[in-house]
Amino acid sequence: MIQVRGLSKLYGKKVVVDQVSIDIVPGTITSFIGPNGAGKSTLLSMVSRLMDADTGEVLLDKKNIKKIKSGELSKKVSILKQSNQMNVRLTVKELVGFGRFPYSKGRLNDQDHAKVDEALTYMDLHDLEDRYLDELSGGQRQRAFIAMVIAQDTDTILLDEPLNNLDMKHSVQIMKILRRLVDELGKTVVIVLHDINFASVYSDRIVALKDGKVIKDGLTNDIIQSTALKEIYDMDIHVQQLNNCRICVYFNSALQGE
Amino acid sequence: MRNSTKLIILLGLSFLFTGLYLFQDLNGSYDYALPRRGIKVLAMVITGCAIAYATVIFQTITHNRILTPSIMGLDALYLLLQTVLIFFLGSDHITIMNKQVNFVLSVAAMIIFALLLYRFLFNKGSQPIYFLLLIGIIVGTFFTSISTFLQVLIDPNEFSMVQDRMFASFNNVSTDLVWIALILTTIVILIGWRSTHFLDVLSLGRDQAINLGVPYESVVKKMLVISAVLIAISTALVGPITFFGLIVANLSYQFFKSFRHSILITGAMLMSIVALIGGQWVVERIFTFSTTLSVIINFIGGVYFIYLLLKESKSS
Ligand SMILES: Nc1ncnc2c1ncn2[C@@H]1O[C@H](COP(=O)(O)OP(=O)(O)OP(=O)(O)O)[C@@H](O)[C@H]1O
Ligand SMILES: [Mg+2]
Repeated sequence: MIQVRGLSKLYGKKVVVDQVSIDIVPGTITSFIGPNGAGKSTLLSMVSRLMDADTGEVLLDKKNIKKIKSGELSKKVSILKQSNQMNVRLTVKELVGFGRFPYSKGRLNDQDHAKVDEALTYMDLHDLEDRYLDELSGGQRQRAFIAMVIAQDTDTILLDEPLNNLDMKHSVQIMKILRRLVDELGKTVVIVLHDINFASVYSDRIVALKDGKVIKDGLTNDIIQSTALKEIYDMDIHVQQLNNCRICVYFNSALQGE
Repeated sequence: MRNSTKLIILLGLSFLFTGLYLFQDLNGSYDYALPRRGIKVLAMVITGCAIAYATVIFQTITHNRILTPSIMGLDALYLLLQTVLIFFLGSDHITIMNKQVNFVLSVAAMIIFALLLYRFLFNKGSQPIYFLLLIGIIVGTFFTSISTFLQVLIDPNEFSMVQDRMFASFNNVSTDLVWIALILTTIVILIGWRSTHFLDVLSLGRDQAINLGVPYESVVKKMLVISAVLIAISTALVGPITFFGLIVANLSYQFFKSFRHSILITGAMLMSIVALIGGQWVVERIFTFSTTLSVIINFIGGVYFIYLLLKESKSS
């Protein structure tokens, strides 16, 4: 279980993450939502040790992540950032193979190959597995990176806007896969989302950030409420019940009649 | 063609040129010419491997394929040291005349400089690697300026001694030093080799490397120190030829098209050996010493460098 305690980040005098304390509940999907620049990516980077915090600490099973060996931590927590650039040419399959690095140190055994294959199947990438990443569309590349994280097979998966660049079909497909990872394999997923309807329909819990502070942290249904959303986004958002889902309508206030 | 086949071909070529260089026109001079040629071959193998290795790892940790470790100012420091010694102590002083003393002094100066630089920078928290490069460039330029200034003031006869040191040469390396350099280089490369698998991941970028469990800071520091030590050894042995590393590293990337550093590095090392020994053979037997290897390297390297720059600017 990941616990965040008093985490802050400053750029110069500007506080971009301000004394954040949250518990990531194991076996759930937690969505981070909030306006641009709220500090979601920064928070996720600190939780995943990509960035040093200025104050506070991140605990994994009650142990400060800085005290855990990198090799061990990489088998427990994985992160996919908002953008991924690299200067080496890889095929999709090679990239996904890198997800096994924490276990294989570069020499894939049969089990690793099986995991890679499974991740490619999950992400529907077998047709593309021998293509080079720089020859793919943005969405296809994004799926390849998600497949790599799936192959890494960690208990906790942190994803920063993984639906970037994806069409509706693949967005839904990925959210369903994340749901399966949580429901069937007991994994914990933390995901940054901008489309609050995806957050509403697929996540168990929502943490809302604004100006570096956590302003809401609770069950999805408690946060997907007009009043709470207004506080987060400073705009009127109408919430409608559709079957069992709560759907937010925010495209145009004229559509929100009642 | 498979990569292992390519490596075997390169290995074959290395042996071919080595054999050619050692035994052609030997005329039975087994006691005199053969050992002398042998030492030269050894010097070329050491330098070639050291520079190839240092350049590939340096380019991987800096995520840049047109940089060489000389950007950290080591070559410049070497020339400054030689210039200062000749300027203040004279070219007949023991520190210049005695190759062993000069070697130890040069290697020590370069390694201490690199360590101080890294220590200074890493103590200030985790600096982005570009900051380190920037400081390296500034310090290197500073060293070069002082050298140039002193070279203008120096006695013309003495200046020819300085000039000698400005270009790499395999023609008068000392036998003792070759053995020392061989041992040092082997040890350093073996230490680095244990981290080769980390390098593959480092080329995915810092964040992916950390995500996949690479102890990023310590690997980067270790690799920076290793490349500095290797450059120091090869520069003190034959003079500055780090430009050469740029050529073989990029040729290796193009030729092998792999992300595996075990292949890229081995390939770059073999290419260095082929190029240096082959080049030296051409210089000695075809140009009959009318030009030097370092002139040829700088010429071909320069042309290739321009090609790389044009290619990079097109692709981005
Ligand atoms: N290197 C930096 N230097 C200074 N300020 C920075 C830096 N990186 C981020 N910031 C600032 O920190 C704040 C939080 O950035 P962050 O990337 O965490 O936002 P975010 O919530 O992920 O936004 P988005 O939804 O646009 O991805 C922003 O105001 C941003 O301008
Ligand atoms: Mg962000």
